[in-house]
Amino acid sequence: MSRFVLILRLAARDFRRRRGEAAMLLVVIAAATTALTLGLVLRGVTTQPYEQTRQLTAGPDAVATAFPYHSGLPSNPTGLAKVSPIAQAPDVRASSGPFPVAFPVMTAHGHTDAVLAEGRSSSAALVDQPKLTQGSWVRPGGVVVERSFADALGIHVGDQVILNGRKFHVAGIAVTAALPTSGLGFLEASSRWPNPGLVWLSKAAARSMATRAQPLGYILDVKLAQPAEAESFANRYTASGNYRNNTGTPYVMPWQAISQQDGLLMRTDQKILLIGSWLLGLLAVGSLAILVGGRMAEQRRRVGLLKAVGATPSFVASVLLAEYLGIALAAAALGLFLGRLVAPLLTSPSTAMLGTAGAPQFTVETAAIVLLAAVIVAGLATVVPALRAARTSTVDALADSSSPPKRRSWLVTRSARLPVSMLLAVRVGARRPRRVLLNVLSIAVTVSGIAALLFARATIAASQFGSDTSGSANFNQFDVGFVSKTAREDQVLLIVSILLVALAAVNAVFITRATVQDSQHTSAIMRALGVEPGQLTAGLSVAQVLPAFAGALIGIPGGFALFTLANQGGGASQPPAWWLIAVVAATVIVIAGLTSIPASWGARRPVAEILQAEAS
Amino acid sequence: MTAIDTELAIRARDLRKEYGSAEGLVRAVNGVNIDIARGEALAIMGPSGCGKSTLLHLLGGLDRASGGELWMRDLRLDQMNEKQLAQLRRSEIGFVFQAFHLMDELTARENVELPVLLAGRPQSEARRRATELLGEVGLSDRADHLPSALSGGQRQRVAIARALANEPIVVLADEPTGNLDSAATLDVLELFQRIHTAGQTLVIVTHDERIAATADRLITMRDGAFVDETVLRGGTVGPLGAYLGLEG
Ligand SMILES: Nc1ncnc2c1ncn2[C@@H]1O[C@H](COP(=O)(O)OP(=O)(O)O)[C@@H](O)[C@H]1O
Ligand SMILES: [Mg+2]
Repeated sequence: MSRFVLILRLAARDFRRRRGEAAMLLVVIAAATTALTLGLVLRGVTTQPYEQTRQLTAGPDAVATAFPYHSGLPSNPTGLAKVSPIAQAPDVRASSGPFPVAFPVMTAHGHTDAVLAEGRSSSAALVDQPKLTQGSWVRPGGVVVERSFADALGIHVGDQVILNGRKFHVAGIAVTAALPTSGLGFLEASSRWPNPGLVWLSKAAARSMATRAQPLGYILDVKLAQPAEAESFANRYTASGNYRNNTGTPYVMPWQAISQQDGLLMRTDQKILLIGSWLLGLLAVGSLAILVGGRMAEQRRRVGLLKAVGATPSFVASVLLAEYLGIALAAAALGLFLGRLVAPLLTSPSTAMLGTAGAPQFTVETAAIVLLAAVIVAGLATVVPALRAARTSTVDALADSSSPPKRRSWLVTRSARLPVSMLLAVRVGARRPRRVLLNVLSIAVTVSGIAALLFARATIAASQFGSDTSGSANFNQFDVGFVSKTAREDQVLLIVSILLVALAAVNAVFITRATVQDSQHTSAIMRALGVEPGQLTAGLSVAQVLPAFAGALIGIPGGFALFTLANQGGGASQPPAWWLIAVVAATVIVIAGLTSIPASWGARRPVAEILQAEAS
Repeated sequence: MTAIDTELAIRARDLRKEYGSAEGLVRAVNGVNIDIARGEALAIMGPSGCGKSTLLHLLGGLDRASGGELWMRDLRLDQMNEKQLAQLRRSEIGFVFQAFHLMDELTARENVELPVLLAGRPQSEARRRATELLGEVGLSDRADHLPSALSGGQRQRVAIARALANEPIVVLADEPTGNLDSAATLDVLELFQRIHTAGQTLVIVTHDERIAATADRLITMRDGAFVDETVLRGGTVGPLGAYLGLEG
């Protein structure tokens, strides 16, 4: 028992002595565990809510639509004639509709947006009866707004909205499984009405909004005898025989396609988070390696002291483990807390589905996985020094502060021709090649992540704007539309980028500090020989900036590769070249700025003091 | 204000260095006045902790005085900024430390080349100078060895060669034989004597009477101040002997 107390006390003492390092380690592990928590929490969010919503709303197995592509009679009788017979098809067990659909422009809370206004009767439909989450069903003068759309615009029951100039009250908010609310995929291709919101109103009101320029469309919801066969049913009844490539009327969507479209958004987010947490994990391991490596020298002496007074290697390992375990568990708790805090931000716009609304699954399992990851990290951080402690003799550990630096003759010879700062940079780097490599990798990982995000951003933007923008008069007219969809992906990208940049910054500072620390003696000699503090600062900084530049250059193609891999064969759109150049330039500038602080601190310590300490 | 005598290498007036404050105040150097002539060899002795190293660091611009005035030739050290001090150390001062302080990963030759390179001279010149100096200290055959492959005496000779690399105004040595056995001490002693004969100004802090005996003048320190000064006969005579005679 007293042994246990002693271990804790030694660990706490060491912890207190280096609060700064402990805090940085905490930040690093917390960032990684935050990303891990988010990834885990968002894992199950996709399909299950769709199933649930389908049951609660008597969701259709297939939806047949006839949307007008040309101007014509406001009531669009040809469209109606094409969609109506599907209700009598042999596989159809039940149907509702065809319901008339108008395409008015809606204004609410200062936003103007394209909407799909579906005409409904006040009685409940057999198939696809949207489930009210607030208020009551459609009535004359009262509309019901689809929930994700209402959330995006901040619409509540009792608000007033304007449809094509006519005032309506919001009677209710509801969800449906009949249309993919996170973006009507088949309409997105139509540049005339990109990604509209969905509202329900009375049939009469829908009909009244039809014009020759914008005739009515029709929606028919059907239940099939064999729901699993919905895709082949859709192919049979679409004009082209393949609903995926259909450009004609009718257009039949199987429920699987709706479900997939709904999940798409979450899947993109998850993909980003997954890649993000991998990269963050790599960076966290990198920082750990730098930190533990940097402390190794000091620890060696400490271990020697402990062993000299009779501590066994396992006791020494326990002290180290206790310290890292404490930090890792605190960081994991912080990561869980932050992850939990941030998760609803990512899911809330997808309130289209029941059960999704701000309720990501935060389970005991998630907590357990995150804590376990933290424990493994702590274990890894302990293993190397513990093994060394067990191996090295006590006398050696006491006598020798660190392993002697490597000599790279060709670098020494080459660098002799360089200006003083570069000479210092090359020689400082040459002393610790592994750390230089780690530095390159750390920056490469971060820049890869950021570059991948830029590729993702460019690709998402390209897909949002579609390939066909000709004849579109609407793009600039609407506020939500496609914007709302990218907005959330941007949020996820932003969160991941911030975490990546934060970790990379921590790493840069770690690396410079470690470099400053173990080049302290060299620096002191150099200064005794007349190197100016400015030259030394520049040299130490350049020693970090050169690898950072190399890492940034590697990171750009790395990011492309990463994105292509994650996108599983989907095409990548290239972001503007200047974005990528800016990332490389910013990396170099930020690293130069970050590293000059510890570097100049190191370059200004009194020389005499350092050399005296070394001599004694 | 005293006029600067151009025959002087170093001149200090009321030089002071304090560490800590109030109760814990240590007067490591406490009001030192000194004139060191060009070409003079000065030895400083005194018990451990009396301020010898601190004084040497002040003279060499490695540390800043708390007060007083300090000249090197016509350069006023106590008014210089860090950068100017660094430039001074680079071109006008050579240091020799008890612990050698060679760069572990550089060969003997590369260690001697380093100050020349740091002064911005071309590599060919650095190489020529290093070869010449290693010859002078008798280590031509060890030029491409790393310090770890050299004995203590050899390391110190490399360090002395390094100190001479930029033809400094003064070489400052802090217990240069403190880590050496007696054979190596004799080698280093001989080397200092040769440098001295060649006209190099030297300030050597030492515990070794034999080294002190080779100097022109011996100063004894206690508690940060000079307590005794002896002009020795064994050293170089000539113009500076005459100069010292005037002072004495
Ligand atoms: N960096 C420092 N901080 C505080 N006190 C110091 C420092 N350096 C030296 N001293 C003190 O100044 C005095 C003179 O030290 P030093 O010049 O090293 O003596 P010597 O070289 O003669 O042995 C001693 O009392 C020492 O403890
Ligand atoms: Mg001393």
